[in-house]
Amino acid sequence: MDWFLIADTPGHKFALMVVAILLFVAVMGVILFGVDRIKRLPVWVTVLGFLGPTLLFVAFGLLYPGVRTIWTSLFDARSENYVGFDNYVRAFTEPQFQVVLRNTLVWVLLVPLVSTFIGLVYAVLIDRTRFESFAKTLIFLPMAISLVGASIIWKFVYEYRQHAVNPVTGEELVHQIGILNQVLVWLGIPPQQFLLNQPWNTIFLIVVMIWIQAGFAMTVLSAAVKAIPDDIVEAARLDGLHGIGMFRYITVPSIRPALVVVLTTIAIGTLKVFDIVRTMTGGNFGTSVIANEFYTQSFRARDYGLGAALAVLLFVLVIPIVVYNVRQLRLAEEIR
Amino acid sequence: MTAVPPPAPLTAEADEQPNIRVPRKLSRAEKRAIAIKGKLSSPWASGIAIVIAILWTIPTFGLFVTSFRDKSDIRATGWWTAWQDPSFTLENYQQALFGSSTSLATYFVNSIVITIPSVVIPISIALLAAYAFAWIDFRGRDLLFVAVFALQVVPIQVTLIPLLKQYVSWGLDGSFWVIWLSHSIFALPLAIYLLHNFMKDIPASLVEAARVDGAGHVKIFFQVLMPLLTPAIASFAIFQFLWVWNDLLVALTFAGGSPNVVPLTVRVAEMSGTRGSAWELLSAGAFISMIVPLVVFLALQRYFVRGLLAGSVKG
Repeated sequence: MDWFLIADTPGHKFALMVVAILLFVAVMGVILFGVDRIKRLPVWVTVLGFLGPTLLFVAFGLLYPGVRTIWTSLFDARSENYVGFDNYVRAFTEPQFQVVLRNTLVWVLLVPLVSTFIGLVYAVLIDRTRFESFAKTLIFLPMAISLVGASIIWKFVYEYRQHAVNPVTGEELVHQIGILNQVLVWLGIPPQQFLLNQPWNTIFLIVVMIWIQAGFAMTVLSAAVKAIPDDIVEAARLDGLHGIGMFRYITVPSIRPALVVVLTTIAIGTLKVFDIVRTMTGGNFGTSVIANEFYTQSFRARDYGLGAALAVLLFVLVIPIVVYNVRQLRLAEEIR
Repeated sequence: MTAVPPPAPLTAEADEQPNIRVPRKLSRAEKRAIAIKGKLSSPWASGIAIVIAILWTIPTFGLFVTSFRDKSDIRATGWWTAWQDPSFTLENYQQALFGSSTSLATYFVNSIVITIPSVVIPISIALLAAYAFAWIDFRGRDLLFVAVFALQVVPIQVTLIPLLKQYVSWGLDGSFWVIWLSHSIFALPLAIYLLHNFMKDIPASLVEAARVDGAGHVKIFFQVLMPLLTPAIASFAIFQFLWVWNDLLVALTFAGGSPNVVPLTVRVAEMSGTRGSAWELLSAGAFISMIVPLVVFLALQRYFVRGLLAGSVKG
């Protein structure tokens, strides 16, 4: 049995992986074979063969834990005594958590708006130029990178060195190694601790998410811009619309459904952002957000009740955005 | 940025030299290209586009250059001065991959072992479910489909602690099995939804014809639908691959910190916390963790974009 649980050499790990896949294929094969070969099966048995694994997985891994977490959120830190809505009251009233809620709000407002704006402008600017696909790849690349990788890339951009200048000659004694602080020095401004100084450090974390999400916005909106019917563009041009006028009165209204889908999709992703905060500041210095605070409370502070309440809060906040998103997605598909 | 495809020869010109050029009407794309020329492609527009492109590239480029610089150089000067006295080394990568303090090679193997089953398993299960939802008639089908689809709204944070407790009680925590299982579960609602959409796009007559020929569900599934679905499967597979490879939260929760299981992301994030100023290791480590997704992404960008437009975004 241990062979299946503890693998400590690469060969063993790969062997385990192959075994897992084969095991899975075998189970699926038996199910399919049974469904296929045994004649005159009632429909529901066939359906169960095809849907059974899904229903099992989803019920075990999403449905049951979801209900369980809602239940846990009504109990105290060690899940022993029923406390009603106390955990939620704490999350909304204690100053430490109000900062978390405020930060989350700033994230959810800024990231979708700014990245959609940049993505749209860029998509329109490079539309049908010679370098279009190369230009797209540049902006799009951050989407392939993990949030952890992105956080390290940006931590290096923000890297701070104690500023020291020779008082006589004015020569720099310590060189900055983060590009942003170097730019400040070039401009004659003393370097800053971007990730420590509240409240602006939250903004510098948000920049990382915008950097990642702009590529997503750009791709979807670029496709939408290309789908605007030619006769509309033609007619507007004959009416004398150019440049920004065209952008404001033709482009933006024509792709409105796609814009809404992009905004809401990014908002959902942003609500759950965890990796960036965890990797760059660990949620210290007043930068925590709900998803990170959930982790801190559940796994560091071991306050299961509060952790569960924060997770449920995330859940409740996501629902309306998802519902709106799906409705707009349907709308966008009908138009397409 | 003023570059547009050259306009097709005008009809008048072609009339004068009838034997040389075949006259043709402007295609729609060409007409639009002409229409757009001189509108947005002003120097200002090009300038803004270039500034955005540069701003977006510099952070990655800076860390990339740094990862090849000597340890002492990294501490002494900024990466933008590297061209003044170029000396590059692979030492950082050597250190990060095999040095005893980081040994990322081990974690690289873990990432691969975690990722492949976590892509194969949910896609297979989702394909079966999507088939049932699309092509088998049964009572309550629509209701069940909406229910599975609606589960997309459940944030994984909500599920972590009950799942972890369950895994611990089974004695499976900190093994690959629970990570494979968790990633598979979290992928299912979106995978089913997308694959169902693609399956619905296949003409019903194809499936009907196969049925008339006496093909059962399994035969229809493998011989009629699978070949047509390959591009759709490829796009979702890329998404799931990137998602699993780049995941931090699931691995952090279920891997239990054991070096035998923990993937690159967790290790690199940890290094960022404990060795925050060792940029020679962090920069190389970051790129070691990024190389596989970058290659996959660049090689299969077409499928990636298609998946994105079909709605492959994990909420």
